[in-house]
Amino acid sequence: MSSTSGTSGARGTNSTSGTSGTTEDADRTPRVLVVWCPDWPVVAVTGDDPVAVTEGGRILACSAGARAAGVRQGQRLKLAQRLCPALELRDRDPEAETRRFEPVVAAVEAFTPRVEVIRPGLCAIPVKGPGRYFGGEEALAAKVGTAVAEALARRPVPDAVPGAEPVPEPAPTPTPTPTPTAPEPAAEPPTAPAPAPEPPTAHVGVADGLFAAVLAARAGVLVPQGRTAEFLAPYPVGALGDEALAELLGRLGLPTVGAFAALPPEAVADRFGPVGTVAHRLARGLQPRPLVPRDQEPDLAVEQRFDPPEPLAEPLVFVARTLAERLHQRLAGAGLTCRRVAVEVVCADGRAASRLWRHEGRLSATALAERVRWQLQAWQGAGTFAASVSGEGGGFTLLRLAPDGLSPDQGRQLALWGQAVADDRVERAVARVQAVLGHAGLRRIEPSGGRGPGEQAVKVPWGEPYEAAAPADAPWPGRLPDVWPAVVLRDPAPVRVLDGAGLPVTVDGRAGVSARPVLVVFQGREERVEGWTGPWPAVEYWWDQALARRRARFQVVVGGGRALLLTVEGGAWYLEAGYD
Amino acid sequence: MASTAVPGDGPAGRGLLPVPPALREVLPDGGLRRGAAVSVAGGDTGLLLALAAGVKETEGGWAAAVGLPELGLAAAEGYGLDLRRLLVADDPGPHWAEVVSVLAGAVELVMLRPDGPVAPKLAARLAAVLRRSGCVLLVAGPWPGAVLRLGVRSGRWFGLGDGYGQLAGRQVEVVAEGRGSAVRGRTARLWLPDEHGAVRPVREPQALEHPVLDHLAPDRPVTAHPVTAGPRATGPRPLEQAAVV
Repeated sequence: MSSTSGTSGARGTNSTSGTSGTTEDADRTPRVLVVWCPDWPVVAVTGDDPVAVTEGGRILACSAGARAAGVRQGQRLKLAQRLCPALELRDRDPEAETRRFEPVVAAVEAFTPRVEVIRPGLCAIPVKGPGRYFGGEEALAAKVGTAVAEALARRPVPDAVPGAEPVPEPAPTPTPTPTPTAPEPAAEPPTAPAPAPEPPTAHVGVADGLFAAVLAARAGVLVPQGRTAEFLAPYPVGALGDEALAELLGRLGLPTVGAFAALPPEAVADRFGPVGTVAHRLARGLQPRPLVPRDQEPDLAVEQRFDPPEPLAEPLVFVARTLAERLHQRLAGAGLTCRRVAVEVVCADGRAASRLWRHEGRLSATALAERVRWQLQAWQGAGTFAASVSGEGGGFTLLRLAPDGLSPDQGRQLALWGQAVADDRVERAVARVQAVLGHAGLRRIEPSGGRGPGEQAVKVPWGEPYEAAAPADAPWPGRLPDVWPAVVLRDPAPVRVLDGAGLPVTVDGRAGVSARPVLVVFQGREERVEGWTGPWPAVEYWWDQALARRRARFQVVVGGGRALLLTVEGGAWYLEAGYD
Repeated sequence: MASTAVPGDGPAGRGLLPVPPALREVLPDGGLRRGAAVSVAGGDTGLLLALAAGVKETEGGWAAAVGLPELGLAAAEGYGLDLRRLLVADDPGPHWAEVVSVLAGAVELVMLRPDGPVAPKLAARLAAVLRRSGCVLLVAGPWPGAVLRLGVRSGRWFGLGDGYGQLAGRQVEVVAEGRGSAVRGRTARLWLPDEHGAVRPVREPQALEHPVLDHLAPDRPVTAHPVTAGPRATGPRPLEQAAVV
């Protein structure tokens, strides 16, 4: 993902393409500075070194030690654990991520109030104003880098959030002295004494437009004004973030962003429609959508006042859901979509806080309300309102959601979400259940591809868009036949399979079975095998060492007329599913 | 709140939730009575899924699965469930009753495996919610005050030999016991699932005389079996696949 092929060295060599775009568009793309903290989900959970954060049964992020052992983003847990046996697995904790990112945002906020949080671990500011004030882009980037490094070097305060689970902190080290102005925050050497954990690093990048700036931050470079298209040119088209389009472009012989950018815009619009146009504009270092001058920006903000002031945060979360729904209705009524949403809270004593969250027309009302909740908890954790809320007569008086960066809605949501159209009744019930169980507590199903019974469909939290990783209609050699097991275990359970002599049955590399299985021993219970078939070998990702997986599946009927699906992998047998 | 929202079809349309034709004869009313709780004793997941498949027949009806994280989604699709209209709450924990009562106002049918034994009082409260909303509750396991108890007897899988073949279907006897009009136990012999993963009645009664056990006798040709000789016989052969590797 974070291929650094687009650093300044590569820029000079590739001058054939990418210069075509910037001439005909009058709208100058605003300069953006992005602060990127790598592996933020890992930073937020704080574990011992080989640690990885998981989401949906796959690796979301991992620490440096784990990466050295071959653990990668998107890997299956089992494989990751095999590659790195000492690996510690943690569930993702978005609230902790937001909370721990708060000091970073606060540090950046010292430069300009218009900080835009893209997600925890990634935030952006416009360069235009602060750049001039702080003496140029380079000076600004250096100052922001230093400030962020200082914020990151401070140990997080132990959690004081009511209702949030405590973050397990290893050995509370006394607050180390802030590293005295590290000039190069990206490559900070571990000068601190050995027991103190290395503070998380941050990278700063500047480029034209947010999309390029994020890539620049990953590469840690400042892209000069107007040369963003050149900077982007060597990146693979996959960097544009549209998988289907990237695959198609690859097949058309346009492997890099530069090659794609060199196409004439009219032809792209003709062939790929609005989605292609957006990607093409990004590839040329322009804004994804041209800014549309409007006579007067309609005020679509929604707000709720609390009188008397509300001392607790929870009621605000409930209100946020209704507000988010109302906001979406108003946006839909005006045929607009917004790029960002500002979450604003005002307290009885006049203190106020505001934070921008990225929207892009992708968030549902529920997902937006969820972000409000994260934000409120983060502010509470940082003690932003400690004095205002706890005091006598204190509390929140206003919650406001204001859309920002309005542009005409081109129906992106429908194109992205292939889900069945849910009526109001279902949406409302879903929202209520999610209020009880959390955002991921209620999920919908998307078809997926694979050989095993658990890979035929994935569960997606309601309200989140889903892009299929593996196509369902592709041929899957070695896929199981049509009668599928009715019970699929979450984690395959270890079993023993014995032959007539009481020895374990093995499967060799040519899928030969050592002996006829006679007994299946599961949780100490012995079951006689009455019929068996197999193996169905499933050899996956043999071309990729890190992902490669060899398995063989067996169908077995055991005593009492029950059928089981057994898997053998690495010499060990597992019960994967039951035919009920 | 949502539980008071009566589905659009109103009391007149509150008759029955359809079930696949093969299951009609075993149900006293020929379908699942709306607003009723049905217990699938023993928690046979195949039967649970087959009963839920009729939701597809309703216009745009949704189904939900609460506390059933190990539901085989591919199997559910085989029985005829529309996965695009299925909500899953895998780990409701102690909140399952609240989740069911909220979902009852929005979906046609809820499949449920409760988190431990159910107190009769709680069951009665949920029964009231179900009656109001017209949602059918299918419980994997016992349920106090269930209108109907369904179970699976003498399940037997076909299609596997001693190292060859593939699972091609299961013959079961489904037994229904209930209150009122359904006091007598009804039974039906079904393929659950058949070779396509769906449910259908058993047509050849002699098929049961060739259970899997007999296949172990080496002198009995596997083709003698009606099921393996069916359309699935051309499916992937495990050992051919092995040769490719």
